[in-house]
Amino acid sequence: MNIAVLSGKGGTGKTFVSVNLAAAAAGSRYLDCDVEEPNGRLFFKPVITKQETVCVKVPVVDHVQCTGCRRCVDFCRFNALAYISGQVLVFTQLCHSCGGCPLVCPTGAISEEDKVIGTVEMGKSEDTTVVTGIMDPGEESGVAIIDQVLRHASNKSTEATIIDCPPGSSCTVMEGIKDADYCLLVAEPTLLSVHNLGMVWELVKTFNKPFGVVINKAVDNVHVVEDFCATHNINVLAKIPFDFKLADFCAKGLIACREDPAYLELFSGLLRCIVEEAQHETTANN
Amino acid sequence: MKIAIPVVDNSEHTTISSAFGRAPYFLIYDTNTGEKHFVENQVARSSEGGAGVVAGQLIVDSGVKAVLTPQCGANAASVITAAGIKIYKTEGDSVKDAVAQFQAGKLAALKDIHKGFHHRGGI
Repeated sequence: MNIAVLSGKGGTGKTFVSVNLAAAAAGSRYLDCDVEEPNGRLFFKPVITKQETVCVKVPVVDHVQCTGCRRCVDFCRFNALAYISGQVLVFTQLCHSCGGCPLVCPTGAISEEDKVIGTVEMGKSEDTTVVTGIMDPGEESGVAIIDQVLRHASNKSTEATIIDCPPGSSCTVMEGIKDADYCLLVAEPTLLSVHNLGMVWELVKTFNKPFGVVINKAVDNVHVVEDFCATHNINVLAKIPFDFKLADFCAKGLIACREDPAYLELFSGLLRCIVEEAQHETTANN
Repeated sequence: MKIAIPVVDNSEHTTISSAFGRAPYFLIYDTNTGEKHFVENQVARSSEGGAGVVAGQLIVDSGVKAVLTPQCGANAASVITAAGIKIYKTEGDSVKDAVAQFQAGKLAALKDIHKGFHHRGGI
Protein backbone atom coordinates (compact mmCIF):
# COMPACT_ATOMS: atom_id res chain seq x y z
CA MET A 1 0.00 0.00 0.00
CA ASN A 2 1.06 3.55 -0.71
CA ILE A 3 1.33 5.92 2.24
CA ALA A 4 1.88 9.60 1.40
CA VAL A 5 3.46 11.75 4.11
CA LEU A 6 2.73 15.47 3.91
CA SER A 7 2.51 18.45 6.24
CA GLY A 8 1.96 21.80 4.57
CA LYS A 9 4.59 23.53 6.69
CA GLY A 10 8.20 22.61 5.97
CA GLY A 11 10.37 21.40 8.84
CA THR A 12 7.65 19.57 10.76
CA GLY A 13 9.35 16.23 10.16
CA LYS A 14 7.96 14.69 6.96
CA THR A 15 11.29 13.18 6.02
CA PHE A 16 11.96 12.06 9.60
CA VAL A 17 8.59 10.28 9.80
CA SER A 18 8.79 8.87 6.23
CA VAL A 19 12.30 7.49 6.66
CA ASN A 20 11.46 5.86 9.98
CA LEU A 21 8.21 4.36 8.72
CA ALA A 22 10.04 2.87 5.74
CA ALA A 23 12.87 1.60 7.94
CA ALA A 24 10.39 0.03 10.36
CA ALA A 25 8.57 -1.89 7.61
CA ALA A 26 10.15 -5.03 6.19
CA GLY A 27 10.97 -4.92 2.47
CA SER A 28 9.53 -1.43 2.09
CA ARG A 29 10.08 1.24 -0.53
CA TYR A 30 10.87 4.84 0.27
CA LEU A 31 10.07 7.31 -2.53
CA ASP A 32 11.48 10.79 -2.01
CA CYS A 33 9.18 13.14 -3.92
CA ASP A 34 10.50 16.27 -2.21
CA VAL A 35 12.54 16.80 -5.36
CA GLU A 36 13.73 20.30 -4.51
CA GLU A 37 15.36 19.08 -1.31
CA PRO A 38 15.57 15.28 -1.44
CA ASN A 39 17.06 14.60 2.00
CA GLY A 40 15.85 11.07 2.78
CA ARG A 41 18.97 9.66 1.13
CA LEU A 42 21.11 11.43 3.73
CA PHE A 43 19.60 9.05 6.32
CA PHE A 44 19.40 5.91 4.21
CA LYS A 45 22.80 6.37 2.51
CA PRO A 46 21.63 3.93 -0.18
CA VAL A 47 23.97 2.00 -2.41
CA ILE A 48 22.95 3.39 -5.82
CA THR A 49 22.07 0.68 -8.32
CA LYS A 50 20.53 2.71 -11.14
CA GLN A 51 20.06 6.29 -12.35
CA GLU A 52 17.55 7.69 -14.83
CA THR A 53 17.40 11.18 -16.27
CA VAL A 54 14.03 12.95 -16.30
CA CYS A 55 13.09 14.89 -19.43
CA VAL A 56 10.19 17.10 -20.40
CA LYS A 57 9.20 18.22 -23.89
CA VAL A 58 9.83 21.81 -24.92
CA PRO A 59 8.96 23.41 -28.28
CA VAL A 60 11.46 24.03 -31.06
CA VAL A 61 10.42 26.42 -33.82
CA ASP A 62 11.45 26.09 -37.46
CA HIS A 63 11.79 29.75 -38.39
CA VAL A 64 11.57 28.97 -42.11
CA GLN A 65 8.17 27.32 -41.83
CA CYS A 66 6.87 29.87 -39.27
CA THR A 67 4.60 32.46 -40.88
CA GLY A 68 4.41 34.69 -37.82
CA CYS A 69 0.70 34.15 -37.19
CA ARG A 70 1.32 34.19 -33.41
CA ARG A 71 -1.29 31.55 -32.68
CA CYS A 72 1.22 29.73 -30.47
CA VAL A 73 2.05 32.95 -28.57
CA ASP A 74 -1.63 33.69 -27.97
CA PHE A 75 -2.35 30.07 -27.02
CA CYS A 76 0.40 29.68 -24.39
CA ARG A 77 -1.23 30.38 -21.05
CA PHE A 78 2.17 30.14 -19.34
CA ASN A 79 3.53 33.01 -21.46
CA ALA A 80 6.52 30.94 -22.53
CA LEU A 81 6.49 32.23 -26.11
CA ALA A 82 7.06 35.65 -27.66
CA TYR A 83 7.24 36.77 -31.28
CA ILE A 84 10.12 39.18 -31.79
CA SER A 85 11.73 40.45 -34.98
CA GLY A 86 10.10 37.78 -37.13
CA GLN A 87 10.98 34.87 -34.86
CA VAL A 88 9.26 32.95 -32.06
CA LEU A 89 11.31 33.07 -28.84
CA VAL A 90 10.88 30.12 -26.46
CA PHE A 91 11.32 30.60 -22.70
CA THR A 92 11.83 26.96 -21.76
CA GLN A 93 11.87 27.66 -18.02
CA LEU A 94 8.29 28.98 -18.26
CA CYS A 95 7.09 26.09 -20.46
CA HIS A 96 4.84 23.52 -18.73
CA SER A 97 5.24 20.97 -21.56
CA CYS A 98 1.50 20.92 -22.29
CA GLY A 99 2.14 20.07 -25.95
CA GLY A 100 -0.39 22.64 -27.14
CA CYS A 101 1.73 24.91 -29.33
CA PRO A 102 2.59 22.22 -31.94
CA LEU A 103 -1.15 21.49 -32.18
CA VAL A 104 -2.24 25.08 -32.84
CA CYS A 105 0.55 25.84 -35.33
CA PRO A 106 -1.10 25.84 -38.78
CA THR A 107 2.14 25.21 -40.70
CA GLY A 108 3.73 22.49 -38.55
CA ALA A 109 6.64 24.75 -37.71
CA ILE A 110 6.76 23.64 -34.09
CA SER A 111 8.23 20.32 -33.01
CA GLU A 112 9.30 19.17 -29.56
CA GLU A 113 12.62 18.16 -28.04
CA ASP A 114 13.66 16.69 -24.71
CA LYS A 115 14.96 18.95 -21.99
CA VAL A 116 16.60 17.33 -18.95
CA ILE A 117 15.19 18.68 -15.68
CA GLY A 118 16.41 16.16 -13.13
CA THR A 119 17.39 12.65 -12.12
CA VAL A 120 15.83 9.65 -10.40
CA GLU A 121 18.21 7.49 -8.33
CA MET A 122 17.43 3.95 -7.23
CA GLY A 123 19.29 2.25 -4.41
CA LYS A 124 19.17 -0.08 -1.42
CA SER A 125 19.57 0.57 2.29
CA GLU A 126 19.36 -2.72 4.22
CA ASP A 127 16.06 -4.18 2.92
CA THR A 128 14.52 -0.83 1.99
CA THR A 129 14.45 0.24 -1.66
CA VAL A 130 15.25 3.95 -1.81
CA VAL A 131 14.09 5.99 -4.83
CA THR A 132 15.08 9.64 -4.93
CA GLY A 133 13.83 12.35 -7.28
CA ILE A 134 16.32 15.17 -7.76
CA MET A 135 15.39 18.37 -9.60
CA ASP A 136 18.13 20.34 -11.34
CA PRO A 137 18.68 23.81 -9.79
CA GLY A 138 16.65 26.59 -11.41
CA GLU A 139 13.93 24.38 -12.87
CA GLU A 140 10.34 25.56 -12.45
CA SER A 141 8.35 22.41 -11.78
CA GLY A 142 9.19 19.01 -10.35
CA VAL A 143 5.91 17.34 -11.34
CA ALA A 144 7.48 15.23 -14.12
CA ILE A 145 10.21 14.03 -11.74
CA ILE A 146 7.66 13.07 -9.07
CA ASP A 147 5.68 11.22 -11.72
CA GLN A 148 8.76 9.20 -12.67
CA VAL A 149 9.59 8.48 -8.99
CA LEU A 150 6.05 7.21 -8.38
CA ARG A 151 6.40 4.62 -11.14
CA HIS A 152 8.63 2.78 -8.66
CA ALA A 153 5.81 2.35 -6.12
CA SER A 154 5.05 -1.25 -5.24
CA ASN A 155 1.82 -2.62 -6.64
CA LYS A 156 1.60 -5.31 -3.95
CA SER A 157 -0.83 -4.48 -1.17
CA THR A 158 1.36 -6.26 1.37
CA GLU A 159 4.42 -4.07 0.68
CA ALA A 160 4.61 -0.61 2.18
CA THR A 161 5.59 2.24 -0.12
CA ILE A 162 6.25 5.48 1.76
CA ILE A 163 5.91 8.64 -0.34
CA ASP A 164 7.80 11.57 1.17
CA CYS A 165 5.94 14.59 -0.29
CA PRO A 166 7.16 18.16 -0.75
CA PRO A 167 5.93 20.86 1.66
CA GLY A 168 2.99 23.07 0.74
CA SER A 169 -0.32 22.11 -0.85
CA SER A 170 0.23 22.88 -4.55
CA CYS A 171 0.70 20.87 -7.78
CA THR A 172 3.72 18.88 -6.64
CA VAL A 173 1.97 17.74 -3.45
CA MET A 174 -1.15 16.78 -5.42
CA GLU A 175 1.07 14.73 -7.73
CA GLY A 176 2.59 13.00 -4.67
CA ILE A 177 -0.73 11.98 -3.09
CA LYS A 178 -2.74 11.11 -6.21
CA ASP A 179 -1.94 7.38 -6.04
CA ALA A 180 -1.81 7.16 -2.24
CA ASP A 181 -3.99 4.71 -0.32
CA TYR A 182 -3.53 6.74 2.85
CA CYS A 183 -2.26 10.24 3.69
CA LEU A 184 -0.34 10.84 6.89
CA LEU A 185 -0.30 14.50 7.90
CA VAL A 186 2.68 15.47 10.05
CA ALA A 187 2.17 18.42 12.39
CA GLU A 188 4.16 20.06 15.16
CA PRO A 189 2.75 22.08 18.07
CA THR A 190 3.11 25.53 16.51
CA LEU A 191 0.50 27.91 15.12
CA LEU A 192 2.27 27.90 11.75
CA SER A 193 2.05 24.14 11.52
CA VAL A 194 -1.64 24.11 12.52
CA HIS A 195 -2.41 26.75 9.89
CA ASN A 196 -0.74 24.75 7.12
CA LEU A 197 -2.17 21.49 8.45
CA GLY A 198 -5.56 23.05 7.74
CA MET A 199 -4.50 23.57 4.13
CA VAL A 200 -3.33 20.00 3.52
CA TRP A 201 -6.40 18.71 5.37
CA GLU A 202 -8.53 20.54 2.79
CA LEU A 203 -6.36 19.01 0.04
CA VAL A 204 -6.70 15.38 1.20
CA LYS A 205 -10.45 15.85 1.66
CA THR A 206 -10.66 17.21 -1.91
CA PHE A 207 -8.88 14.07 -3.12
CA ASN A 208 -11.15 11.92 -0.96
CA LYS A 209 -8.18 10.16 0.65
CA PRO A 210 -8.26 8.48 4.04
CA PHE A 211 -5.97 10.38 6.38
CA GLY A 212 -4.74 10.81 9.93
CA VAL A 213 -2.38 13.07 11.84
CA VAL A 214 0.89 12.33 13.60
CA ILE A 215 2.14 14.99 16.01
CA ASN A 216 5.91 15.38 15.91
CA LYS A 217 7.94 17.22 18.59
CA ALA A 218 4.94 16.79 20.92
CA VAL A 219 5.14 18.60 24.27
CA ASP A 220 2.85 18.37 27.30
CA ASN A 221 1.95 22.03 27.64
CA VAL A 222 0.95 23.01 24.06
CA HIS A 223 -2.09 21.35 22.52
CA VAL A 224 -2.79 23.42 19.41
CA VAL A 225 -2.67 20.41 17.09
CA GLU A 226 -4.85 18.25 19.39
CA ASP A 227 -7.35 21.12 19.66
CA PHE A 228 -7.51 21.54 15.87
CA CYS A 229 -7.94 17.80 15.35
CA ALA A 230 -10.61 17.53 18.06
CA THR A 231 -12.55 20.46 16.56
CA HIS A 232 -12.55 18.89 13.11
CA ASN A 233 -12.88 15.28 14.24
CA ILE A 234 -9.50 14.26 12.80
CA ASN A 235 -7.84 11.10 14.05
CA VAL A 236 -4.45 11.55 15.78
CA LEU A 237 -2.58 8.29 15.21
CA ALA A 238 0.55 8.93 17.23
CA LYS A 239 2.63 11.50 19.08
CA ILE A 240 6.38 11.56 18.72
CA PRO A 241 7.90 13.26 21.77
CA PHE A 242 10.10 16.34 21.71
CA ASP A 243 13.21 14.31 22.48
CA PHE A 244 16.80 15.57 22.41
CA LYS A 245 17.89 12.08 21.40
CA LEU A 246 15.87 12.35 18.17
CA ALA A 247 17.41 15.72 17.35
CA ASP A 248 20.82 14.17 17.89
CA PHE A 249 20.03 11.23 15.57
CA CYS A 250 18.71 13.61 12.91
CA ALA A 251 21.71 15.93 13.13
CA LYS A 252 24.00 12.95 12.59
CA GLY A 253 21.90 11.52 9.74
CA LEU A 254 20.97 8.42 11.75
CA ILE A 255 17.62 6.62 11.49
CA ALA A 256 15.99 6.60 14.94
CA CYS A 257 14.32 3.22 14.65
CA ARG A 258 17.56 1.57 13.53
CA GLU A 259 19.32 3.05 16.58
CA ASP A 260 16.74 2.79 19.34
CA PRO A 261 14.32 -0.14 19.90
CA ALA A 262 11.79 2.18 21.58
CA TYR A 263 11.46 4.17 18.35
CA LEU A 264 11.34 1.01 16.24
CA GLU A 265 8.34 0.04 18.37
CA LEU A 266 6.76 3.50 17.99
CA PHE A 267 7.03 3.55 14.20
CA SER A 268 6.05 -0.13 13.82
CA GLY A 269 2.96 0.70 15.88
CA LEU A 270 2.21 3.75 13.73
CA LEU A 271 2.54 1.65 10.58
CA ARG A 272 0.13 -1.02 11.94
CA CYS A 273 -2.28 1.74 12.87
CA ILE A 274 -2.14 3.22 9.32
CA VAL A 275 -2.71 -0.19 7.71
CA GLU A 276 -5.73 -0.81 9.97
CA GLU A 277 -7.13 2.67 9.29
CA ALA A 278 -6.69 2.30 5.53
CA GLN A 279 -8.34 -1.14 5.52
CA HIS A 280 -11.17 0.17 7.68
CA GLU A 281 -11.72 3.06 5.25
CA THR A 282 -11.66 0.70 2.26
CA THR A 283 -14.21 -1.57 3.91
CA ALA A 284 -16.35 1.40 4.92
CA ASN A 285 -16.29 2.79 1.39
CA ASN A 286 -17.22 -0.51 -0.19
CA MET B 1 11.78 58.43 -31.48
CA LYS B 2 9.19 56.51 -29.45
CA ILE B 3 10.07 55.47 -25.93
CA ALA B 4 8.22 53.45 -23.25
CA ILE B 5 8.13 54.00 -19.48
CA PRO B 6 6.42 51.71 -16.91
CA VAL B 7 3.95 53.81 -14.91
CA VAL B 8 1.62 53.26 -11.96
CA ASP B 9 -1.60 54.56 -13.59
CA ASN B 10 -2.92 56.33 -16.71
CA SER B 11 -3.37 59.80 -15.20
CA GLU B 12 -1.77 63.07 -16.31
CA HIS B 13 0.56 63.14 -13.29
CA THR B 14 1.43 59.47 -13.17
CA THR B 15 4.78 58.28 -11.78
CA ILE B 16 7.28 55.61 -12.78
CA SER B 17 6.46 52.08 -11.62
CA SER B 18 9.18 50.21 -9.75
CA ALA B 19 7.86 46.97 -11.27
CA PHE B 20 8.37 46.39 -14.99
CA GLY B 21 6.69 43.11 -15.95
CA ARG B 22 3.75 43.89 -13.71
CA ALA B 23 3.62 47.66 -14.24
CA PRO B 24 -0.09 48.56 -14.59
CA TYR B 25 0.51 50.78 -17.66
CA PHE B 26 3.24 51.79 -20.07
CA LEU B 27 3.50 55.39 -21.17
CA ILE B 28 4.44 55.54 -24.86
CA TYR B 29 6.02 58.89 -25.64
CA ASP B 30 7.20 60.25 -29.00
CA THR B 31 10.20 62.51 -28.38
CA ASN B 32 9.86 64.09 -31.84
CA THR B 33 6.20 65.11 -31.69
CA GLY B 34 5.53 65.15 -27.92
CA GLU B 35 2.58 62.83 -28.46
CA LYS B 36 1.89 60.35 -25.68
CA HIS B 37 -0.56 57.60 -24.86
CA PHE B 38 -0.94 54.80 -22.33
CA VAL B 39 -0.97 51.08 -23.04
CA GLU B 40 -2.58 48.92 -20.37
CA ASN B 41 -0.45 45.98 -19.24
CA GLN B 42 -3.22 43.49 -18.50
CA VAL B 43 -0.89 40.76 -17.27
CA ALA B 44 -0.10 43.01 -14.26
CA ARG B 45 -3.51 42.21 -12.83
CA SER B 46 -3.32 38.47 -13.40
CA SER B 47 -1.66 35.83 -11.27
CA GLU B 48 -0.18 33.94 -14.20
CA GLY B 49 3.56 33.51 -14.61
CA GLY B 50 5.66 34.89 -17.45
CA ALA B 51 4.52 38.51 -16.95
CA GLY B 52 7.91 39.75 -18.15
CA VAL B 53 7.51 37.95 -21.48
CA VAL B 54 4.03 39.40 -22.02
CA ALA B 55 5.06 42.92 -20.99
CA GLY B 56 8.14 42.64 -23.23
CA GLN B 57 5.97 41.59 -26.17
CA LEU B 58 3.68 44.56 -25.51
CA ILE B 59 6.67 46.91 -25.57
CA VAL B 60 8.03 45.39 -28.78
CA ASP B 61 4.60 45.58 -30.46
CA SER B 62 4.25 49.24 -29.49
CA GLY B 63 7.15 50.05 -31.83
CA VAL B 64 9.36 51.90 -29.33
CA LYS B 65 13.13 52.16 -29.73
CA ALA B 66 14.00 52.68 -26.06
CA VAL B 67 12.68 51.75 -22.60
CA LEU B 68 13.26 53.95 -19.54
CA THR B 69 12.86 51.95 -16.32
CA PRO B 70 14.35 51.71 -12.80
CA GLN B 71 14.68 47.93 -13.16
CA CYS B 72 13.84 45.05 -15.46
CA GLY B 73 13.66 41.27 -15.08
CA ALA B 74 15.57 38.76 -17.18
CA ASN B 75 12.62 37.49 -19.25
CA ALA B 76 11.38 40.98 -20.15
CA ALA B 77 14.93 42.09 -20.94
CA SER B 78 15.47 39.06 -23.25
CA VAL B 79 12.36 39.92 -25.27
CA ILE B 80 13.11 43.65 -25.44
CA THR B 81 16.78 43.36 -26.32
CA ALA B 82 16.05 40.63 -28.91
CA ALA B 83 14.06 43.30 -30.76
CA GLY B 84 17.03 45.67 -30.61
CA ILE B 85 15.34 48.00 -28.12
CA LYS B 86 17.69 49.68 -25.66
CA ILE B 87 16.95 49.79 -21.91
CA TYR B 88 17.97 52.84 -19.88
CA LYS B 89 18.04 53.13 -16.09
CA THR B 90 15.93 55.85 -14.44
CA GLU B 91 16.41 57.38 -10.97
CA GLY B 92 13.44 58.65 -8.97
CA ASP B 93 9.78 58.34 -9.93
CA SER B 94 9.24 61.47 -12.06
CA VAL B 95 8.28 60.74 -15.67
CA LYS B 96 9.10 64.32 -16.70
CA ASP B 97 12.62 64.16 -15.22
CA ALA B 98 13.30 60.79 -16.81
CA VAL B 99 12.28 62.03 -20.28
CA ALA B 100 14.35 65.22 -19.87
CA GLN B 101 17.41 63.26 -18.74
CA PHE B 102 16.98 60.81 -21.62
CA GLN B 103 16.76 63.62 -24.16
CA ALA B 104 19.86 65.24 -22.65
CA GLY B 105 21.70 61.91 -23.09
CA LYS B 106 22.20 61.59 -19.33
CA LEU B 107 20.62 58.16 -18.76
CA ALA B 108 22.96 55.17 -18.60
CA ALA B 109 22.10 51.75 -20.00
CA LEU B 110 20.45 49.42 -17.46
CA LYS B 111 23.09 46.81 -16.67
CA ASP B 112 21.90 44.95 -13.59
CA ILE B 113 19.08 42.87 -15.04
CA HIS B 114 17.55 41.02 -12.06
CA LYS B 115 16.51 37.38 -12.23
CA GLY B 116 12.85 38.36 -12.02
CA PHE B 117 10.44 38.21 -9.08
CA HIS B 118 8.87 35.00 -10.32
CA HIS B 119 5.77 33.60 -8.66
CA ARG B 120 4.97 37.20 -7.72
CA GLY B 121 7.99 37.37 -5.43
CA GLY B 122 6.94 34.36 -3.38
CA ILE B 123 8.29 30.83 -3.41
